[in-house]
Amino acid sequence: MSAADRTAQQRERATTIYERSKPGRRAFAAPALDVPERPLDDLIPPGLRRHVSARLPEIAEPEIARHYNRISRRNFDLDSGFYPLGSCTMKHNPRLHERLAALPGNARLHPAQDPSRAQGALELMWHLSEALGALAGLPHVCLQPSAGSHGELAGVLLTRAYHTDRGDRRTKVLAPDTAHGTNPATVTMAGYEVVSVGTDANGGVDLDDLRAKATDEVACLMLTNPNTLGLFDSNIREIAGIVHDVGATLYYDGANLNAIMGISRPGDMGFDIVHFNLHKSFTQPHGGGGPGAGPIAVSERIAPYLPVPVLTRREQGGEAVFDLDYDRPKSIGRLRGFQGNYGVFVRSYAYILSLGGQGLRAASETAVLNANYLMARLREVGEHLPAAFARRCMHEFVLSGGPMKEALGVRTTDLAKRLLDYGVHPPTVYFPLLVEEALLVEPTETETRETLDMFADAIAEILQEAERDPQMVRDAPFTTPVRRLDEATASRNPVVRYDFE
Amino acid sequence: MSHARGSGTRYTSVTDDDRRDMLEAVGASGILDLFEDIPAELLLDAPPEIEGGLSEHEVYERIRALAERNVSAEDEMSFLGAGMYDHYVPAIVDAIIGRSEFLTPYTPYQPEVSQGGLQVMFEYQTAITELTGLPVSNASLYDGPSAVAAAGYLARLVNGRPEVVSSRGVHPHSRATLVTQSHGYGSSVIEVPLVDGVTDPEAFATAVGPSTSAVVVQQPNFLGAIEDLEPLISAAREHDALVIVSCDPLALALLRTPGELGADVAVGEGQALGNRLDYGGPSFGFIASRQEHIRRMPGRIAGETVDRDGRRGWVLTLQTREQHIRREKATSNICTAQVLNALAGMVYLAWLGRRGIVDLAELIVRRADYARQTLAAVDGVRTIHEQPIFREFAIGLDVPVGPVVDRLARRGVNPGYRLGRDYPEFGEALLVAITERRSKQDIDRLAAELGAAIAAEVAA
Repeated sequence: MSAADRTAQQRERATTIYERSKPGRRAFAAPALDVPERPLDDLIPPGLRRHVSARLPEIAEPEIARHYNRISRRNFDLDSGFYPLGSCTMKHNPRLHERLAALPGNARLHPAQDPSRAQGALELMWHLSEALGALAGLPHVCLQPSAGSHGELAGVLLTRAYHTDRGDRRTKVLAPDTAHGTNPATVTMAGYEVVSVGTDANGGVDLDDLRAKATDEVACLMLTNPNTLGLFDSNIREIAGIVHDVGATLYYDGANLNAIMGISRPGDMGFDIVHFNLHKSFTQPHGGGGPGAGPIAVSERIAPYLPVPVLTRREQGGEAVFDLDYDRPKSIGRLRGFQGNYGVFVRSYAYILSLGGQGLRAASETAVLNANYLMARLREVGEHLPAAFARRCMHEFVLSGGPMKEALGVRTTDLAKRLLDYGVHPPTVYFPLLVEEALLVEPTETETRETLDMFADAIAEILQEAERDPQMVRDAPFTTPVRRLDEATASRNPVVRYDFE
Repeated sequence: MSHARGSGTRYTSVTDDDRRDMLEAVGASGILDLFEDIPAELLLDAPPEIEGGLSEHEVYERIRALAERNVSAEDEMSFLGAGMYDHYVPAIVDAIIGRSEFLTPYTPYQPEVSQGGLQVMFEYQTAITELTGLPVSNASLYDGPSAVAAAGYLARLVNGRPEVVSSRGVHPHSRATLVTQSHGYGSSVIEVPLVDGVTDPEAFATAVGPSTSAVVVQQPNFLGAIEDLEPLISAAREHDALVIVSCDPLALALLRTPGELGADVAVGEGQALGNRLDYGGPSFGFIASRQEHIRRMPGRIAGETVDRDGRRGWVLTLQTREQHIRREKATSNICTAQVLNALAGMVYLAWLGRRGIVDLAELIVRRADYARQTLAAVDGVRTIHEQPIFREFAIGLDVPVGPVVDRLARRGVNPGYRLGRDYPEFGEALLVAITERRSKQDIDRLAAELGAAIAAEVAA
């Protein structure tokens, strides 16, 4: 590609804010000193102080604005285009929620404010907890965990506390081979050994393998249902029976809750602990990789071990009074500071108030309809990119790029990179690991039918391009701010900070 | 019924006609056909009773009414701190983090279209390494307390030893989080008491031994005191224990850095850097380490590289540490960061700048010193320690704190954090925080109100 073919973004050399710095420039002016100016040495002894200042940028506000606005345009974002990233539920982020989170009564509320003077916040958290509990079919909710993986850690630590309290020492946690990588990583952090359970021909848990591995050494089975193949495991009641018969708990990874809100409840399926991803099903913006929140809902037998503080409600003179209870002798303790990511709770509760039970169900129905429709459209594009499981899917589905690689010499990563030139964010790639050259596609309910058709057409065109000129597809993308990056060198010789020298 | 908007919601765009055609295209006779894999006994006849279906302005009014029932730092003169502080958040922060390009994408899985976010991570990592004096930072963690726990797990991965020694001056939430997580992987936490408001160096040296995986200290500590870290760090070094310093990022404008002092890991709460109080979150935690620990760092790290045409760019790097590749052998289960909050932190640090952060920190130190002296002169108030401070200090009262706080609340003043639950050994005590938003006039008013309230309690 010649220099003339580059886009405007590509012609611009990337410079960090440190390279825009020049001594003497500044954006901040401190308020005037209104107290006596005691020498600093009298306040903090010189031996405790730093004598070389941190090399923060020296830059005035206009250039800060311009710098970050320019680099922001080197991001693809959900407001600009289709983002069918499987397992991430990239649904629209209503802007109402940003306005509500920014209200001073929310944004400037100190987390150590006395509960009697934070009743609005606690009431909001109570309503959110109730709604999440109703969706899960489990009565006790803790909002504290800050991400799905944080909720998982809470769940496995709760499991440990439950068994320990019963004098029952267990050493293993089961997780299907299709599980998100966070499941096994969490299990290790919580001090258990992971045992992988196989998948049967229908994409569900291999019951024979589960029976063989479900022993009294097993503390818990972590499961996603619908699973990461986008399939609902019809044997879930039987799975729950096997797990409960050996005294283990059943953990629900809520990554895929967007398929079943108001349609079916994990609690009814036999799950003891559920986590929610408020940044998936409940519209907290993903923020380029956080913040999120990962509340959990648990059954009666797990409730005594929930993290502190526990939100409480009582009636007093006909009015509801909310409080934080720290006196929970069996609690696992804390997972983070204060009460959790309240700003996320505000957004999620606003979403729930907008939709209600009926609307949440409608959202899930539409998510599943969109996924099945897109899968059907993609069936038309031919034999090179088949669905990994030719059956109904839930809110997402898996394509296999294996035949495409075999027949056309084009890999899933090439297809993904070429999609970038079509202005579409690729689906999740190379996950789940079970499927060769996998693409995990989750369109979500907030997309139009026209967008789904556009995506199917784009895939069809790329497959035609791959037949005509596979090298071109392997060279893609061409129109993005940068082209394929050298990740191997970055990992071998990590440069993780700006070199001032 | 206000939710009667066909079969969708105001955030869906599939019309009833679309829906009919799409169902036909997938060979389904109705929407329930799509859920045929769910056993009938698990299907709800109707969704659970969850209030909703309100219009946008109704939702706005409802949540505004709830927010108005909170007494925020907008409504009262607040001296609350204890880990989260009412610093001013400049408007430029809101403008930048509100941009869709930063607000709505996910983790940069496709670096070709995520250069903005990756570059922000790189700039942020650079700023954290400059503040802490350590060469490696990740792209952020959930918050300060969980960052302390993450550092404890890092130490465990490094040396496998079963104990962590923590100063009682470490934030109670950090200590509690550390204890909760270390239960999981089988470590125990030993607490070292305070003397004169700082970590007891002799007790600390005695507590550290060959089974100590790491020591954790906080700078300034929870009572606001600036610790002399050198003797604590050398005690840890004698037994090759890792040194974890939980630090306040604004105080690092003035204080010797953890890196310069020989710490292995610096962590902390980032809220003070351009993030709102938000009743406790979301904000971000930071973690930085010596070079030798880079492959054991938790979470995302951005690294610089070039594209195939030789152009500068950034990618997520060292991903072989991470859960999606390493699964049960990962260095952590953390798979995202708090990127938007870290961006707010980065914009804030650029806004303050190299000189400005020092100016701000010095102003805070002088006002905090003035506040401590002024309050100590109030009848019925004594200081709990005389150590150097940054923005916060602890005072004891001669009368019960509860009624005093209530009296002041009615006067529109929140005098600070009640220490009783976390530090009963100090009796009736308050932790008072002074940010740049609290002027001399505010401090004088606090002193007057506090004096009047104490006098009233004595009289009562």
